[in-house]
Amino acid sequence: MNHPIVPVRTYIAVWAALIALTITTVAVSKLELGEFNFVAAMTIAVIKGSLVVWFFMNVRRSSSLTRLFVGAGFFWMAILIVFVLSDYLSRGWVPASVWWK
Amino acid sequence: MAEIDTSLPIHAHSEVRHHFDTADQQFESSTLGMWVFLLTEIMFFGGMFGSYTVYRNLYPDAFASTSHFMNVTLGGINTAVLICSSLTMVLAVHAAQLGSKRKLILFLVLTLLLGCVFLAIKYVEYHEKWVDHHIPGPGFHYADSRYAHQAQILFFLYFAMTGMHALHMIVGAGLITTLIVMASRNRFTEHWFTPVEMIGLYWHFVDIVWIFLFPLLYLIGHTK
Repeated sequence: MNHPIVPVRTYIAVWAALIALTITTVAVSKLELGEFNFVAAMTIAVIKGSLVVWFFMNVRRSSSLTRLFVGAGFFWMAILIVFVLSDYLSRGWVPASVWWK
Repeated sequence: MAEIDTSLPIHAHSEVRHHFDTADQQFESSTLGMWVFLLTEIMFFGGMFGSYTVYRNLYPDAFASTSHFMNVTLGGINTAVLICSSLTMVLAVHAAQLGSKRKLILFLVLTLLLGCVFLAIKYVEYHEKWVDHHIPGPGFHYADSRYAHQAQILFFLYFAMTGMHALHMIVGAGLITTLIVMASRNRFTEHWFTPVEMIGLYWHFVDIVWIFLFPLLYLIGHTK
């Protein structure tokens, strides 16, 4: 196998970014931002997860087929969460009218 | 001992199985197969993340109440420990690429140790919950009686999610131990170290699960 060797400094940089983002997410959670607390925490988590997938799991250098599978996995996960939320969050938005009575 | 197929090039017999044309094709198949396994893991944890989403929306007040009992300091330290273990894991793969057996074993041992540190801290957290009677079951007790029932469901989710994650860590520790044994028996060369890469993918996946569990369980909710 002749895979290009990623220099160690790339890994160190990604590690430093992950540690910095962890400190950031803890710091932001101490602030009272209302709904934005959730948005900020999840945005940082998605960035951290993407860094791990892209650099540490080497999807950056993976074949298109592997990338398609990786993308499909996270896409299906998104379907699960979005469809569940579209049900539970929207309950009560529309008053249950009485057209059937 | 498997018989050596003399029709293959001399360098190939130990590394490329007969049903693959090239080492690259073999590696590609391993990577894709590992990712398919990890997709089933995403779906497996996805079910629990889904139920977490539902119950967090059903019981927002109880969720805000229980999140005060999450130890953010220990959770944050554990997040850092796992990120460091992911770094040592990629450095192990890096060492394997360079064919350095000594460094490979060093970084695998460091990864294993960091994994054990994570589990030890997790044990301390679980012990806190045990002392506080926050483990769902007959002994469960919650100070705020308004949320006694709902809090038990939320603590159940906490233990289900972190418990399945910890179980994956224990499996990962076993896999890394296997890698250390294989490396010390000179099973890897700079041309073939696929198990190191595949178990690395598994280890990073378990890290990603924690990257999402940490904010969801420890960070959000108490500032509702």
